[in-house]
Amino acid sequence: METNRYILSILVDNEPGVLSRISGLFSGRGFNIDSLSVAKTADPRVSVITMVTFCDAHIIEQIKKQLHKLINVITVNDLTQKEYVERELALIKVHAKTEKRAEIMRMVDIFRSKIVDVGASHFIVEVSGDSGKINAFVELMKPMGIVEIASTGTIALGRENGK
Amino acid sequence: MKLTGAQILIHMIKAQGVDTIFGYPGGATIDIHDEILKHDDLRHVLVRHEQGAVHMADAYARTHKTTGVALVTSGPGATNAVTGLASAHCDSIPIVVFTGQVPTGLIGNDAFQEVDIVGITRPCTKHNYLVKDPSKLAEIIQEAFFIAGSGRPGPVLVDLPKDVVQAIIDFQMPGPVKMNTYKPNYKPNKKQMTTAVKMIKEARRPVMFAGGGVILSGASQEFTRIAKFANLPVTASLMGLGAFPGSDANWLGMLGMHGTYRANMSIGHSDLIFAAGVRFDDRVTGNLEKFAPDAKVIQIDIDPTSIHKNVEVDCPIVGDCKMALADIAGLMEKEAPENFMKDREAWLNRINEWKQLTPLKYDQSFDTIKPQYVVEKLYEITKGNAIVTTEVGQNQMWAAQYYHFEKPNHFITSGGLGVMGFGLPAAIGAKAGAPDKLVVCVAGDGSIQMNSQELMTAVAEKLDVKIVILNNRYLGMVRQWQELFYNKVYADTNMEAQPDFVKLADAYGATGFRCDDPAKVTQTLEMGLNTPGTVIMEFIVEREESVYPMVPAGGAITDMLLV
Ligand SMILES: Cc1ncc(C[n+]2csc(CCOP(=O)(O)OP(=O)(O)O)c2C)c(N)n1
Ligand SMILES: [Mg+2]
Repeated sequence: METNRYILSILVDNEPGVLSRISGLFSGRGFNIDSLSVAKTADPRVSVITMVTFCDAHIIEQIKKQLHKLINVITVNDLTQKEYVERELALIKVHAKTEKRAEIMRMVDIFRSKIVDVGASHFIVEVSGDSGKINAFVELMKPMGIVEIASTGTIALGRENGK
Repeated sequence: MKLTGAQILIHMIKAQGVDTIFGYPGGATIDIHDEILKHDDLRHVLVRHEQGAVHMADAYARTHKTTGVALVTSGPGATNAVTGLASAHCDSIPIVVFTGQVPTGLIGNDAFQEVDIVGITRPCTKHNYLVKDPSKLAEIIQEAFFIAGSGRPGPVLVDLPKDVVQAIIDFQMPGPVKMNTYKPNYKPNKKQMTTAVKMIKEARRPVMFAGGGVILSGASQEFTRIAKFANLPVTASLMGLGAFPGSDANWLGMLGMHGTYRANMSIGHSDLIFAAGVRFDDRVTGNLEKFAPDAKVIQIDIDPTSIHKNVEVDCPIVGDCKMALADIAGLMEKEAPENFMKDREAWLNRINEWKQLTPLKYDQSFDTIKPQYVVEKLYEITKGNAIVTTEVGQNQMWAAQYYHFEKPNHFITSGGLGVMGFGLPAAIGAKAGAPDKLVVCVAGDGSIQMNSQELMTAVAEKLDVKIVILNNRYLGMVRQWQELFYNKVYADTNMEAQPDFVKLADAYGATGFRCDDPAKVTQTLEMGLNTPGTVIMEFIVEREESVYPMVPAGGAITDMLLV
């Protein structure tokens, strides 16, 4: 079967051990996790986990059902079944030799990203967008010399009203 | 009302209708044992190994029809319980295991006898808890029992730090459990059931297929009602044995790797599989690509993850087996039974030919005892009324094949995990749950040695069980695979070095009999079953007997090795 990219938004009890139940489910059953992000929601008793996985249609059905079966999982929402907005935020520390600074700043501009820290020999650039955009930006920065990258992983919301 | 954590625990356990706890104490749980002692209406069965306690709770749950409870101490007590939890998890058996834990202040400090048992058992429990806040204790215990016993049942572990057990707490009986994250859906979808009825009507070669879920939901009657109404042939998985009477004319025998030829052929050639409470595990389906190529599938299961997992399902019905089967029976009974029997005679004739061609059989011998013969005689003498637990291996398969189970909850086996060492403690737990029943453990010489220390528990607690050892002096099932697929190299499966089982029985204060003469099998069984107390009946059987028929792992279930 064909492999697709799926983004799941999972509401869970905000309790210790819940993340480990979810990651344990994936490792134990051989499902893959491409990225994962956990955050609070407006309700302090509830956290939201955004998870990206690559698999076929049969496996995603199992993943959704298995997640739902976990006692601490409230809802599992497959955002890729509908209209959604996704973002990822990355901080990229890049070598900024004097002769390269102008070029880096030009690219930062084109990507509508921001330089958030300037040092003697480096910039830290903040870039956000979908993962394609982030990857493209990283590719462009590589020749300059990337020192370090930190990234949030994908977060996403469905576009229609409600959850 | 002010109560200690231990008092609350016992109060909550009793409120579940549980009258027996299986346990083993340690530093972290003394307070709880101290409390149990004060309750005449709550029996504590002191085991000899914690694994035994959990298997006992498992079997107790099956015969007592409440949740089973085990209590073990922290650290090694808890880790010893893991196999029992994993087995109950695979078989969906409702148990709650309470583990002692070091005081909350020491958790994470590598304290003496501290293990992260909640972390260890996450993948082999339905759910688990570490109680950190004494004020949540009652609520958590209630939730634990609720989760264990509802939906698709399963084991729940509750880890109890010593200070929580000792804490003095303002106690109020919690109200009914309300969880917004866990609401099992029992009610099956009406439209799906109408579709199912239509599919049964259209089928020409239908087979009904029962799994452990039929037994767990107490749906045997409803299941049988449908089969009899529409004259449907019936098979079952290992866990489903007893869901449908083994003496009935519609019974095909067990399905799968060691199923009967006619059950496997019937499923293989069917155009409709009407499955209830099964998960289409690989021991049942064999090679999935070649599994029942012409069959449409109706599947009833309380757990949506069981549906579409291995086999494509045409009519999924998520819900309780008992409710769904009752509704479907009701819908069918509005019509004439003949409407559901088109071409049935041709189909039943074909099945009968398979039966005539290759009935379940073995070659009788006058020199050595055939293990199948022992089980057959056991069935005759007990008139099929005993509760039979098994160990794992050939003994388990022969018990499944030759003891024709009539009623649910009479065959107690570690089906999904296949735990050697399950049978004896399970027999003890089954007896505690059903004290008026005859309980027989069909064992192998290898498996019985894995938890033979529980003989002491049986004797000390006067939980009389009868143990039939089919002694082939081999790890027979593994030897069988070596014979068939490893050029008869019997690497590490020889069990000739073994204790004298009659003396072993004697050493524990039980009674032992040995028999090596086919002519004396009946006599030995009768003597053993009629001897009061716990009894071992050891039968020296044909060493290299194999379980047939057999589907080699990964083969199509219709490609069976017959002898
Ligand atoms: C705890 C455990 N260890 C190993 C196995 C693998 N195993 C499955 S059947 C079997 C042989 C069992 O021998 P015995 O109890 O003598 O039964 P027999 O097959 O001879 O009837 C073994 C070793 C298992 N199922 N469980
Ligand atoms: Mg053996």
